Formats: sequence, structure tokens, C-alpha cells
Amino acid sequence: MTSTSTTLPRPAGFSLDLRLQQPLLIVLAAAAPLVALAFGASWVRVLDFALLYVLLAIGLNLVVGFAGLLDLGYIAFYAVGAYTWAFLASPHFGIHLPFWIVLPLGAAFAALAGIMLGFPTLRLRGDYLAIVTLGFGEIIRIFMNNLNQPINITNGPQGIDMIDPLTIAGIDLSRNLDLFGMQVPSLVLYYYAFLGAVVLALVLVRRLQISRIGRAWAAIREDELAAKAIGIDTRMMKLLAFALGATFGGVSGGLFAAFQGFVSPESFSLMESIVVLTMIVLGGMGNLAGVVFGAIVLTALPELLRHFAVPLQVALFGKTLLDPEVLRMLLLSLAMILMMLWRPAGLLPARTRYAHREGRKA
Amino acid sequence: MITLLESRTVNKRFGGLQALTDVSLKIHRGEVYGLIGPNGAGKTTFFNVLTGAYPIDGGEFVMNGAELPAGKPHRIVAHGIARTFQNIRLFRDLTALENVMAGHHIRTSAGVWGILAQSRAAREEERLVTERALEILDYVGIGRHADTVARNLSYGDQRRLEIARALATEPQLLALDEPAAGMNATETAGLRALIETIRADGVTVLLIEHDVKLIMGLCDRVAVLDFGKKIAEGTPAEVQRDPGVIRAYLGDHRAH
Amino acid sequence: METLLQQTLNGLVAGSIYALVALGYTMVYGILGLINFAHGEIVMVGALVALQTILFLSSAVPGLPPLVLLLAGVVVAVPACMALGYLIERIGYRRLRNAPRLAPLITAIGVSFLLQTLAMIIWGREFHVFPQLIDTAPMQPVAGVVVSPMQIFTIVVAFTLMGGLMLLVNKSRLGRAMRATAENHRVAGLMGINANGVIAATFIIGSGLAALAGVLFASNYAIAHYSMGFTPGLKAFTAAVLGGIGNLPGAMVGGLVLGLVESFGAGYIEHLSFGFLNSSYQDIFAFMILGAVLIFRPSGLLGERVADRA
Ligand SMILES: Nc1ncnc2c1ncn2[C@@H]1O[C@H](COP(=O)(O)OP(=O)(O)OP(=O)(O)O)[C@@H](O)[C@H]1O
Ligand SMILES: [Mg+2]
Repeated sequence: MTSTSTTLPRPAGFSLDLRLQQPLLIVLAAAAPLVALAFGASWVRVLDFALLYVLLAIGLNLVVGFAGLLDLGYIAFYAVGAYTWAFLASPHFGIHLPFWIVLPLGAAFAALAGIMLGFPTLRLRGDYLAIVTLGFGEIIRIFMNNLNQPINITNGPQGIDMIDPLTIAGIDLSRNLDLFGMQVPSLVLYYYAFLGAVVLALVLVRRLQISRIGRAWAAIREDELAAKAIGIDTRMMKLLAFALGATFGGVSGGLFAAFQGFVSPESFSLMESIVVLTMIVLGGMGNLAGVVFGAIVLTALPELLRHFAVPLQVALFGKTLLDPEVLRMLLLSLAMILMMLWRPAGLLPARTRYAHREGRKA
Repeated sequence: MITLLESRTVNKRFGGLQALTDVSLKIHRGEVYGLIGPNGAGKTTFFNVLTGAYPIDGGEFVMNGAELPAGKPHRIVAHGIARTFQNIRLFRDLTALENVMAGHHIRTSAGVWGILAQSRAAREEERLVTERALEILDYVGIGRHADTVARNLSYGDQRRLEIARALATEPQLLALDEPAAGMNATETAGLRALIETIRADGVTVLLIEHDVKLIMGLCDRVAVLDFGKKIAEGTPAEVQRDPGVIRAYLGDHRAH
Repeated sequence: METLLQQTLNGLVAGSIYALVALGYTMVYGILGLINFAHGEIVMVGALVALQTILFLSSAVPGLPPLVLLLAGVVVAVPACMALGYLIERIGYRRLRNAPRLAPLITAIGVSFLLQTLAMIIWGREFHVFPQLIDTAPMQPVAGVVVSPMQIFTIVVAFTLMGGLMLLVNKSRLGRAMRATAENHRVAGLMGINANGVIAATFIIGSGLAALAGVLFASNYAIAHYSMGFTPGLKAFTAAVLGGIGNLPGAMVGGLVLGLVESFGAGYIEHLSFGFLNSSYQDIFAFMILGAVLIFRPSGLLGERVADRA
């Protein structure tokens, strides 16, 4: 222990010096795709998806973790963003707008959808909200599936393909980049673009969290009646959380469409909403580090299962008893139940929540 | 004497139960006004309709000459009314400081864009709020617990924190629902001193209390509720002599 | 006119099944204030356990009459689901009664997905044909309306069960204890009622009804599948909200109304939307009703307004 004898002993384990923690994380995040590349391009793809999920989880966490509103149809906002991109940047309608128009538009449509859904429902008790949002997610999916006739809007279950990739400053991220004679693979380019989005999202969300708005959300989450009694317009604040959360969903959806080059209703099932919810439950609701952690772990999970659980089963029983998909669902649902029963604050619960009082002596 | 808050024939029903019947009273600026009565008399209900937690079934509240918006809690706070709860309702997982800072919400104005961009105004406001919240914590006497999570505070300190949070909304009328309930003698004495300071600083206090000594010592005037009706009003001494009040408390009319 | 009658009949059949499931939602909500997301999965388990039993019996003892097979399926499925409902409450929800309100809700979602996954592991992903032990072929049309013995059977069974439940709740000691516990756990405790026991009983009864609903559902539509409980579960919840959550007659009325709306809606949606929407949109009716009820009459058709206590 160092000189500060007055402070409580830190819990053993993760007592990494805070000043070291950040640069370490940055180096780790920057080097990750290069390390992954050594194991094969498919692992870089996993990382790319992990970042998209991180973005989604950050957005959902704003709604569930900060404001305490259980949204089970969150993936619908992702779908709105993705389809916006698909409509406005693909041969489907023959429109090819640049990303700096499509992405904000997708975000705006998602926010609008959030407001339209939230406006009538947010004055209701929290558990009704869960059901209504779940229903909303299903309705959006039914429409995506069926709006191919009488007029073909969504192209139905086949989805829309040949979607324009992300092109930033003239660089087409879907092609390998020749950087001073070095070939940077497309997957790595996308990785850094997504990483930029994630870092920006983290900064912005953190700013919200420690602001008067973040405190109002926390107040609503803790005790809605008391929040009203101190003058918080709870309905407006919930609507704001909903709209901002949806915005993140919309942005990640757009990026997803561009990255994948293809969207179909299948990508936006209820299961996806549940997966994102499990990410934040696992990491720790309301805690940004935990949310990032949860998203990365759960995105990597299916891959890890494919690579390890299957060979393990074959070695043990001579055949695959549980395929990776089933195993994943099993682990997700168990994680949700067990976390709530035994570690409701998540694997990485917030240790110091806000640092409002830098340097004040007691 | 200037009237700060007036209730005019306020009524509240719960199904078949008439919880408040034509309750009219005037609270003067700068006084401590007591609201007493037996259990179930309707005192807390009066607070709940006053602050908009429950919709009102008849009558109205007038604050500084303006009618209060019924059933809109956050706008009623903006008119200068703050309350505490009989069964403490803090934001239990937030620190004491955060609780009070949340109380400043209505007196601050930083918007989403200012916060996202960390504009000068937003940062300045945040700094001021932090400073002011710490002052209020000191004012109610729990400044040293600023970083303690609310649930971990002692019972008496939780009551004080609730008052601090209410004060952060900068009220003209502070409505306290049994603030001394569950306190020991020392804590009660401290609370009494605090309420006196609050009054001296120009905040009018509406006080529900069962502790007779506290009521006698603090209140300028007292109203008595029984079965939802105001049965007496006056100085504590007058009310204490009122035969109707004595009967209500002894409860002899309940036997019939 | 004929289609009108026909759609009424179809709506009543679906609606009475929704009503049975809705009762389980509403009873649990009335007592615990919890949306038991896993309730729809009990319907699925009921259907699949009954199917398993029937398949086993008909191959072990060939030549058993269909009604006996169906009865055997019910006799096994109902207790199995009751036990399952009890376990879910005991292991999952009971520990969370005083937890922050999101915790039991998220647990319930987890349980729902866990049950689906387990069913997928046991019964596979494929659709199973549920044997038609009671004739689902239409009988001779009466006044132009075709009706099958199975449909009549469904309506009779469902209404009998609902009547039985009403008797139980209104007349029996257990029913009184349930109503008292719904009012207030602590006070019920003071009155000498074992609240834990009553809550367990509520889950057991609700699960039994759900199991029967599962068998009826699978028999009517001749199909059983690991995810078959989810949509009817959601719809039944909608029915419970429509009738006024926590209110038993409300759940029944809500279920029937929802069944009718769906049946009529599917028939007329093309006309109503000028050919833009077709019957593949049938499932959105439930959600639209849910949204409309929550916006315009959150207390439901038969519910009364209750404010949160301040
Ligand atoms: N939300 C509610 N729903 C139904 N009845 C209520 C509600 N709130 C209060 N009541 C009833 O209204 C009456 C007045 O209650 P209230 O809480 O205002 O009494 P009180 O004077 O504050 O009593 P105490 O001194 O015990 O706090 C009581 O009969 C109570 O049961
Ligand atoms: Mg009271």
C-alpha cells in the first residue's frame, strides 16, 4: 500500500493504477485487429461485429441502465437505421447518397420512431413498456417481411443486397487500402471506423451520464415518484432517453448495413434484442465499462463455441450433442437468470460512479 | 400578513372513501404551519394532492395568487413547493451529493446539445450546482457524508438528506411529512433547530407531525384534520384546548 | 351473413384458448405485479408433453381409442406443467420479490428463453404433427356455418374450466386467501394466510390452465413446436391487459374479444386497407389493440383505476 492511509483498502484483483489503465486500453484496442489477423480474417470480422454490438449496447444501456426503462424491441431501431441505409444507398431504388447524409438520416428516423413509440407509452408502468416495445419490434419485422407487395418497398424476406459500402473521405472501406505499399484489409479499415464511432459514443454518453440529464434519469430509475416531487418532468426525460437510445440504434444499423452489404428481416429478430439486453445485464447495467465488456464477450461467444465447444463435444462423446447455436441460447438465457439472481449489478459493477468531487477533502 | 398558499374546498376520494372533505386553509408567508390529526385523518393525502402526486377531485390550490396546475407535479415544484415523504423516498443508490444535485434539476437549464458539446455554460452550471449542493449538505448538517450512498446513511441523516434535496429545488414552501418519525430525542432536537433555521432564512414550512412537543414548540398556527375534515385551526395552545380536537384524539366518537 | 357467423365461431375458438392463458397472466400479475413472460412457454411445454405421451401410448398399446389417448396426454401434461410453474416461482421469482423492479422482469424473459431452448434440445427444431384425436373435419354445415367437433370440444372445455376457476376463486378458502393476498401480502400474512403458499398455488393453477390451453391449441391447429407458445403467450397477455390486468372475468372477456377481433380483422383487413395489407398482418392486431388499450384505457375494459401509493 502507498502513502494514503485514510482511503479504504481497494478490493484485491483489478487494482490496476487508473493512470495506466487508459493508455493500456487504447493500445489494446488499436492493436486488437492486427493480433486477430494473425489468427485469421474471420476473427477480425468478429471484432467488427463486436464493435457494432458495443454501439448497440451503449444505446440500449442509456435506456435500460440509465433511465431504467426496459425496452425489448430495441433491435427495431437498428432495423430502421439499416433499412434507411439500404433504401438510400443501394441499387434497390437506384439512390446512392453519401454516408454523411444517410447515417444522420437513419439516426433521425430511428429517433423519430423512438419518440412515436415512447410518447403514448412512457406514462405507463414500466413493465407494460417492456411488452409494448416487444410488440413494436415484432410489428416492424412483420412489415419488413411483407411490404414487398402490392408495392415493393422492403423486398420482403429476401432483403436488399448490393448495399453501398461505407466511403469516408474517398476511401472505400470495402476494399483493401494500399497504404505506402502496405495492404490494409477492408475488415481492418472497418474496425478502425467502428472503433472511432464507439469511442465517440462513449465520450458523449459519459457526458450525458454525469450531467443534470443523467441525474434526472438516475432519479427516475431509482424512484419515479420522488423524481416528480423534485420537479423532474419524468415523461420528457424518459422520452429523451428513448429518443437518444434509438439514435444509437439507428447509427449502428446504418453501419451494419454498409458493412454487411445486405439486410433482411432475419437480422432483426426478437432474439437480437434479447442478446443486446443480455450484454448489458452481464456487464452491469448503467456501467459503461461493464456494457462494453458484456458486448465483446457475448459477440465472441458463438465463435468461441464453434471453435472449442464443438471439438470438445466430439472428443468427449464422439459427436456434437448441442450445436453452437443452441448452446449459445442456453448460455444466454442462463446468464440472464443467474445474473439477476446472484449478481444483479453485473460482472463489472460500477465501483465509483461519478467523480464529481475531485480533490475535495472531507 | 401575506398569504402564500391557500387551499379552497379541496376534496379527495379513494373509491368509496372520502379522504379529504372541503379542506380550506391559508398559510402565511414565513410561518411554520402545522397539520395534525389522528392516523388516517388525511394529512399525507393533503400533501399528495397539493404536490400533484394524486389528482384532485374538487377544489383548488392557490399559490402567490395563482392557481396551481392540478396533477402536474413538476410544474408545482416550479411554483415553489417542495416536499418530503413520510416513508423516506431517496434515490437510494446515488450518493448524498447526487441526491441534492438531482434536486437542482428544475433550477438549471443545460440542454442535450450543451451537455454533449460540453459548452462553457453547461460546464459552468455543473460547477455551480456541485458547489451549491455541497453548501446545502453542510447547511442541513451532513456535509461530511456527501459521498456516501444514500442507503448507507443513518436514519436521521436520511431524513436530513431528504430535506436537503427538497431545499435544492429552492422552494418558498417546504412541506415536511412527519420528519421526526422514528427519531430519538437528540435527533429530534437537531431537527427542530434545522427547521427554525430554515424558517429564519425565509422559507415557509408546512409540517405534518405527531410529536406534540415539536408542534407546540415550532408552529405558529396549526390545523387539525379528522376523517378528512378540518375540525379546528389556531395557535397550538388554542387547538390543544379545543374540545372537538380532544375528542378526535381520544376517539370517543369512533365507538359509536 | 354466413361469413360473419363463421368468423364469430373461429374467433370464439381462438379466443377461448387465449382466455385460458390470459387467466394465468392475470392471476400472477394480480398477486405479484409481475408479467410472467415464461407463461406462454408453459403452453408449449403442455402441448409437447401431451404429444410425447400420446405418441408413446399409441405405440406401446396400439388400438387405444382416441379420446383415451387425449385424456392420457392431458393427465400427464397438466401435472408436469404445474410442477414446472411451481419450480419457476420457487427457484426464480421468489428470491426477487423485493428486488428492483427490472430484476424479476429480466429473469422472466430469461426463463422464457431457457424453456424454449430446452424444448428445442429435447424435441428438436422441427414442427411436429399433433394427432387429430377429435375430428377437426367440419361437420354438416348448420345455417351455412361449418363447425368441427374439435371446435365445439374446445369451447366447451374452455368455458367449463373458466367457470370452475371462478367458483374456486369466489367460493373456496384458497380463493379467499388469493384475493386477500392480492390486496396486500403483509396484511394477508397478519390474517394468518401463508402468502408463499398462496402465490405458489396461483402459479400451479395458472400453469395447469396453460397446459390445457396448449393441448387445445395443438389439437386445433394440428401442430406442436418449441416456439409455439411465444405468440399465443403475447396475445394472451394482451387479452389480460384488454380485460383489465389482475381481473379474472376481464381476462376471459379480453381473450374472447381478442379472438373475435383477430378473426374479423383477418377477414376484412384487405378491404380496410384498400388491398395494401393482407392476412399475413393478422398478428399485428393484438399489438395494435394492446397499444390502443394502454393509451386510451390503461385500466382495461373491466379494470378499475388504481394509483401508485405515494
Ligand atoms: N392511494 C390510496 N388508495 C386508497 N386509499 C388511500 C390511499 N392513500 C390514502 N388512503 C386512505 O386515505 C385515508 C387517509 O390517509 P392518509 O395517509 O392521508 O392519512 P394520514 O393522516 O397521513 O395518517 P398517518 O398519520 O397514519 O400518516 C386513509 O384511510 C388511507 O387508508
Ligand atoms: Mg401520513
